[in-house]
Amino acid sequence: MKFTRALPLAGIAVVGATATAASAETITVATVNNNDMVIMQSLTSEFEKAHPNIKLDWVVLEENVLRQRLTTDIATGGGQFDVMTIGTYEAPIWAERGWLAELNDLPEEYQVDDLLKPVRDGLSQNGTLHALPFYGESSMMFYRQDLFDEAGIEVPEQPSWEEVRDWASQLHNPQEGTYGICLRGKPGWGENMAFVSTLVNTYGGRWFDMDWNPQLDSQAWQEAISFYVDLLNNYGPPGATSNGFNENLALFSRGNCAIWVDATSAAGKLYGADESKVSDKLGFAPAPVAETPKGSHWLWSWALAIPSSSEKQDAAKTFVTWATSQDYVELVGETKGWTNVPPGTRESTYENPRYQEAAPFADFVLNAIRDADPNDSTLEPSPYKGVQFVGIPEFQSIGTQVGQMVASALAGDNTVEQALQAAQTATERTMKRAGYLD
Amino acid sequence: MTTVRNKQLSSTPNAGLATATQAPGRPLVTTVNTKRLLLTALGWVVAGTIFFPIFWMVLTGFKTEAAAIADPSLIFSPTLDSYIEVQQRADYFKFAMNSVVVAFGSTLLALLIAIPSAYSMAFLPTKRTKGTLLWMLSTKMLPPVGVLVPIYLLFRDFGLLDTRTGLTIVYTLMNLPIVVWMLYTFFKDLPKDILEAGRMDGASTFQEVIFLLMPLTLPGIASTGLLSVILSWNEAFWSLNLTSSQAAPLTAYIASFSSPEGLFWAKLSAASTMAIAPILVFGWLTQKQMVRGLTFGAVK
Amino acid sequence: MNKTRASGRTVGGFRTLSLQAPAVTLLLLWMLVPLGMTLWFSLQRYNLLMPGMTGFAGLENYEYLLTDPALWKSMGNTLLLVGWVLVITVVGGTLLAVLFQQEFPGRGVARVLAISPFFVMPTVSALVWKNMMMHPSNGVLAWLAESIGLPALDWFSSLPLTSIVIIVAWQWLPFALLILLTAMQSLDDDQVEAARMDGAGPVAIFFFITLPHLKRAISVVIMIEMIFLLTVFAEIFVTTSGGPGLATTNLAYLIYIRALLDFDVGTASAGGVIAIILANIVAIFLVRMVAKNLES
Repeated sequence: MKFTRALPLAGIAVVGATATAASAETITVATVNNNDMVIMQSLTSEFEKAHPNIKLDWVVLEENVLRQRLTTDIATGGGQFDVMTIGTYEAPIWAERGWLAELNDLPEEYQVDDLLKPVRDGLSQNGTLHALPFYGESSMMFYRQDLFDEAGIEVPEQPSWEEVRDWASQLHNPQEGTYGICLRGKPGWGENMAFVSTLVNTYGGRWFDMDWNPQLDSQAWQEAISFYVDLLNNYGPPGATSNGFNENLALFSRGNCAIWVDATSAAGKLYGADESKVSDKLGFAPAPVAETPKGSHWLWSWALAIPSSSEKQDAAKTFVTWATSQDYVELVGETKGWTNVPPGTRESTYENPRYQEAAPFADFVLNAIRDADPNDSTLEPSPYKGVQFVGIPEFQSIGTQVGQMVASALAGDNTVEQALQAAQTATERTMKRAGYLD
Repeated sequence: MTTVRNKQLSSTPNAGLATATQAPGRPLVTTVNTKRLLLTALGWVVAGTIFFPIFWMVLTGFKTEAAAIADPSLIFSPTLDSYIEVQQRADYFKFAMNSVVVAFGSTLLALLIAIPSAYSMAFLPTKRTKGTLLWMLSTKMLPPVGVLVPIYLLFRDFGLLDTRTGLTIVYTLMNLPIVVWMLYTFFKDLPKDILEAGRMDGASTFQEVIFLLMPLTLPGIASTGLLSVILSWNEAFWSLNLTSSQAAPLTAYIASFSSPEGLFWAKLSAASTMAIAPILVFGWLTQKQMVRGLTFGAVK
Repeated sequence: MNKTRASGRTVGGFRTLSLQAPAVTLLLLWMLVPLGMTLWFSLQRYNLLMPGMTGFAGLENYEYLLTDPALWKSMGNTLLLVGWVLVITVVGGTLLAVLFQQEFPGRGVARVLAISPFFVMPTVSALVWKNMMMHPSNGVLAWLAESIGLPALDWFSSLPLTSIVIIVAWQWLPFALLILLTAMQSLDDDQVEAARMDGAGPVAIFFFITLPHLKRAISVVIMIEMIFLLTVFAEIFVTTSGGPGLATTNLAYLIYIRALLDFDVGTASAGGVIAIILANIVAIFLVRMVAKNLES
C-alpha cells in the first residue's frame, strides 16, 4: 500500500511491491476507527522504518462491525488477522478459550511493570497477559467552567448525582443551544449500557445476584433508570436516544452541553484538539455518585492481541510491543502533540513532565483508573467481573437488549417500569437458555 | 437550491411560449404556457428534492469539519482537506479496484450461467419451470445474517476468505435468481418463429443462442447486467464479513469512516462521495441503455 | 436433429436439463448447502463462544425463538416496513413516471437526478440521512423546521419506523420510477389520443388507460422490491440499532441481536429457517398473485 502511494507509476509500483514482498512479512492489523488508532495507522512508516522486514496491512472498521467481524473470525479459526484490537470485555473470555496467544516473555525494555495494574489485570487470564493495552480509560465528569462560574456554582471534590441534576436544571438553556447535560442514549452494551451500569452501581444495584438471577426489576434499577430518564428528558439535548460517545463528544466540543459524564479518554480530545471550541473553559471532576461510590466509574481499555490462529506470531508480537511501548508514547507526543498520546496505560506517561504540562487532567484520569475495581464494583456482592459490563459471553446480547429497553423508556414509548420488566424477562430467558438458571 | 434553478429555468420555457403563440386562440395559449411552466417547475422541484441528499453529501465533502456541522449554507470556501485526509487513511484505489473486479466479474459469470438456463426455461418450458423460477426468487428472501456462520466455515475450508474469487462467487449466486428471471422475461417475448427458422437452417443450440438469441435480446441482456453490477457494487453484508484487507471493496471502505470519534461529517461525506461516484456515473451513463433494455421484457 | 426434436420429447427434456443444469445446480448448491447446514445447525446446540457445549438440541432453538415476545413485534415491523415502502414507491413511482413522461425543458437531466438514489449504497444513504438530513440539531430537516418556526423533530426517537421507511423508500422510489417510466414509454399514443377524442379527461385517461397498462410493470416492481425489503438490515443497523425498544426491529435484525451478537449459531440458524418459511408464506400469497399478473 505504502509503495503504490510512493510510486504512482503502476508498473514500477508492482515491481517494487513484489520485490519487497518477497523479503518482508506482511501482517494484517484489525483496529477500530477511533482517533488514537488512526494516529497509530498514520505512524505505519515509522514502524516499517524501524522494522524493515515487516509490513503492515490495515483493516480499520467501525467498532460494532469490527467486533462482529473479529469474533466470527477468531471463533471459527478463520486466521484472517494477525493483530486484533479488542477490549477488556473480550480479552479474558477469549483467553479462556485458548484463542489468544500468551504474551508472557516480553522483552526487558518493554517494562511490563510500568503498565497500570488495573488495566493489566483486566487483560490477564490466570495472571498471564493475553493482550497489551493500547489505551485505557475510566469515566469522569466534564463541565463548562465558564457557565459554572457565571452561575456561581462551585463543584465539590466529589459531586453527587443530585447536585448534577440541580446544576443541569440551572444551566439548561436550549434557546441558546446549551443543554444542561449530555449522556449516552444510543442502545448498545458498549454505548448506553456502559454509562447506565455505572449509574446503577452507584445507586446500589447490580446486574445479577450471586446465583445469576437478573436484578433488573430491583429497586436500585428503578431509581437509577427513572433518574436517568428524567434527567435527560428535562435537561438533555434532543435526540438523546441516538447519541453515543462520538455524538456527545461532538456536541460537547461544540459547546452544546454544560455537563457531560463519559470516558476519560475524551479529555485529550476536548482539551487539545483543534476541533474543540471548549478547550479553554473545561472543568473536570470525578464521576458523580449516589448511594455508594462503588462502581461509579468504569474501567475499559482497548488492547492489541494476537490470535493463536495467526501464522506470523513473531512479527505480530514485534508490532504489538512497539505500539504499546513507552517509545511509542514518546513518538506520538513528539510528532502529534502530547494531548494526543494514548492515555491510561503506563505509569511513565503520567510521570512525564511534558504530558503533565499538556494535560492538566492527567491526575484525575490516573486516579479514576487506579480506583476502579472490576472485581468489586457493586454494593451487594455479584458473581461477575467488570464494572460497566458483565464478563460473560452472553452479555453482548443481554446488554444490547436491555439497552434497547432503556432507550425505549428514554424515548417515552414505555414507562421505566414496563421497560425494566421487559428487560428482566428477556434477560431471564437468555440466562436460562445459557444454562445459568434452571 | 431549487429556487436558484427555477430562476434560471424560467427563461427556457419562453421558447415554448414563442412557438405556442403562433397557434390561434389566445386564452388557450396562456393556459398551455402556465401549465408548461408549472410542469417544468414541478419536474425540477421534484427531481431536485429527490437528489438533494446526494447533492448535500457531495457539497459537505468539500467543507471543513467546522462548516459541515454549522447551519446549512451554500456559501463556503471549498477545500479538499477531507479528501486528502481520507486518502491518507485508506487507499481508495485498492478498494475501488476490488469493487470493479468483483461487481463486473460476478455479473459476467451470472450472465454466462443464466443465459442457457433462461433460454431453456423460455423455449423449452416444462411443468416445473414456473415453480423453479419462483423457488429461485424465494432463495433471495433468506436474511444473510441467518447463514453467515455456515458460509464463513465453508469459505474458511476452501481458502476463499478475503479473496476476490470468493466474493465474486457469492455475488454471482446472490444475483443469479434475479438475472435468470429477468432474462427469462426477455427471451419469452421473442417471437418463436425466428428461432424456428434458425433451427431449420440446422443451427445447433449453441449457435442458436450465440447468433440468434443474444443479438436479438442484447438490450435486455445489457440492462440485466447493469442491474446486477449495481446490486453487487452496493452489497454490504457479505463484503464486510468475508473480506479483510486484500479483497475488501468500497462498502468496507465506508465502514471505516462511518462513526468515528470527533467531527466526521466532512470526511464521511468525502469518503461516501468517492465510494458512490463510480457507480453513480456508471448509472447515469447507462440509464438510457437500461431503460431501452427494460422496454423489451418484463415491463413491456 | 430437427427430426428427433420433432418426434421425441426426450431430446427436449435432455436439452432443458443440460441448459438449466448449471444455474439450477449452482443455485441448488447455494441454496441447499447453506440451507442444509442451516437446518442441521438449527437442531444443534452450537455456540461459537462455547466451544465445549455442543450436541443435539432438538427443537429447543425454535422454541426459544418462537416463544420470544419480540418475535411477533418484529414480524409486524417487517410487514409494515415492506408494506409502506411498497405503497410509497409504487404510488410515488407511478406519479413520478407520469410527471417525467411529460415534455419539459431539461427533462433528461431531471430524470437522471431523480433515479440517482438507486445507485447509492444502502450504508451510505443511511449515513447521509442519519447525519445530514434527520439529525435533530445539525440536520437539514431540523434547520428547515426551525427556520419556519417549528420545533426540530427528533426523527429516530419520535418516528423511528417512519424514518426507516423514508430512507428505504428514498432508495427504492427511483427503481420504481425507472421501471414504470420504461413501461409508460410503450403506452400506445393512438389509444390515448382516441380516448381524448372521446372526451376523456387526464384523470380518466390515467385510471382507465395508463394504470391498466402499468399493471405488469407494477407487478415487477413489487416482486423485486419485496425480495430486497424483506431482508433490510444495513439501514436499521446504521441508524436506530432496532430501537428505541423494538420499534424498528425487523426479523433480520432480531436474528442478528438474538443470535449473531451471542454467536449462537443454533438459534441464528433456526431464525434463518423461520425467515425462509415466512418469506415463502408471503411468496405464496404475493408472488403468485404477481406472477399471475405477469402471465397476461
